[in-house]
Amino acid sequence: MGKKISFILNGVKREVYVEPNELLLNVLREKMGLTGTKYGCGIGECGACTVLLNGNPVLSCLTLAMDVDGKELVTIEGLAQEELQIIQRTFLEEGAVQCGFCTPGIIIMAKSLLKNKTNPTEEEIREYLKGNLCRCTGYVNIVKSIKRAAGKACKKC
Amino acid sequence: MDINKINTRILPVKFQYLAPKTLEEVISFLAEHGEETKVLAGGTDLLVKMKQRLIEPTYILNIKEIKELSFIKSNGNSLNIGATTKLNELENSRIIKEKFIALHEAVKAMGSVQIRNMGTVGGNLCNASPAADLAPPLLVLNSKVKAVSTEGEREIPLNKFFLGPGKTSLKPNELLTEIQIPYLPEDTGTSFLKVARTSMDLAKVNVATVLKLKNGKVENCRIALGSVAPTPLRVCEAEKVLLNSEFTAEKVEETAEKASQEIKPITDVRSTAEYRKEVSKILVRRALQKAYERIKVRECG
Ligand SMILES: Cc1cc2nc3c(=O)[nH]c(=O)nc-3n(C[C@H](O)[C@H](O)[C@H](O)COP(=O)(O)OP(=O)(O)OC[C@H]3O[C@@H](n4cnc5c(N)ncnc54)[C@H](O)[C@@H]3O)c2cc1C
Ligand code: FES
Ligand code: FES
Repeated sequence: MGKKISFILNGVKREVYVEPNELLLNVLREKMGLTGTKYGCGIGECGACTVLLNGNPVLSCLTLAMDVDGKELVTIEGLAQEELQIIQRTFLEEGAVQCGFCTPGIIIMAKSLLKNKTNPTEEEIREYLKGNLCRCTGYVNIVKSIKRAAGKACKKC
Repeated sequence: MDINKINTRILPVKFQYLAPKTLEEVISFLAEHGEETKVLAGGTDLLVKMKQRLIEPTYILNIKEIKELSFIKSNGNSLNIGATTKLNELENSRIIKEKFIALHEAVKAMGSVQIRNMGTVGGNLCNASPAADLAPPLLVLNSKVKAVSTEGEREIPLNKFFLGPGKTSLKPNELLTEIQIPYLPEDTGTSFLKVARTSMDLAKVNVATVLKLKNGKVENCRIALGSVAPTPLRVCEAEKVLLNSEFTAEKVEETAEKASQEIKPITDVRSTAEYRKEVSKILVRRALQKAYERIKVRECG
């Protein structure tokens, strides 16, 4: 049964029992029913499992679930509460999603980038997304979407 | 074990997890259970190794929440960095960028935003990978690390710290708490260069240099390389070639040649030993030139 941890998940306080060797990624997907966060490589290379921990992007495949006790976590499910956010809409409009496997991780990264930089250059966007692999799109439309989202004045982003 | 043949989705090992709140608790736990314990900082090296079952500790001791281990502080003659200071905090530090550009360049060349957001400076050193990017700059900067246990504190010069791949001179009951980097004299140049398969990967070869001239002669020269021997290393014979001579293209070439003879690279998945020897020569030359240009730029205002 393990130990009880409690943390804020997408704005709501949650409690769950976890074992020491359980990874955050698996707890999110299998115990909390949040399958938006993806397993790609399990060794930190692909970024598909990126979530925001206390506001900063981390890899949930290399984070022990125990480690989020008392912290605040945001997953892709936490972004669109009632309607899609600007960044999600520009992804749709630009065709930045093909199979969609990399998308949750990349949107989380885009959120984090736009929080710190209101108007990033293409180079800055590419550098920031270095740890997020996409096997389908070739990145061009992803970069375009983020540039467009940055251009739009948006209180929510 | 081949990473492609294992299930990296799970952590297949059982262990007990502890997250003490104070440094005292950490070191008294290590005093008793150091042998069976692995300290967890960012986890970006440790958890990957545990997934491969390369390490199976009985206890995992999370030190992330110990506030006093995370800092960048100037202390008169040196800049001191706490062991659990995150790589991105080093990257964003103004003082590191201004005073130790080689270290700044090394951090920037590491992993991804997420990795730099998780990984720590102490973890990079304690993991003791021959390819650790922070090792060459910290070696040429003559850094020391502080190790603490219930028996007290000791300082270890970084050039005595690395013993082999994954092996350091830390004892099982010791925790690395800080890294101390002595400030350089004003007109000193430093540089860092890395060659990797992709910009996310560990180095095939990395190099850092420190260079100082006096009256047109090289007064001080330190060169360290990574990924070319069982540990990151200073190439002292090569340094001697340049020391006390003028900084000419021929001398630099000779120094680079010597460095390439001094290293002992192996062939692995990242490259062949021959390639590493050849590229080391070129990197040493370029790194020295870069350090030199930095001195010149400063002299011209
Ligand atoms: C995708 C990816 C890319 C990477 N890219 C790079 C790269 O470009 N360059 C590079 O150099 N590295 C790279 N790394 C390796 C790693 O991210 C760095 O070495 C990082 O600095 C390790 O720090 P950590 O805090 O995560 O270490 P941990 O994994 O937490 O610890 C590493 C080891 O050090 C021990 N340890 C940690 N802190 C202490 C302490 N204070 N006292 C005693 N022992 C301690 C741990 O017990 C463990 O054995 C990469 C890793 C991944 C997964
Ligand atoms: S699954 Fe976490 S980085 Fe690939
Ligand atoms: S859309 Fe398929 S991996 Fe990016």
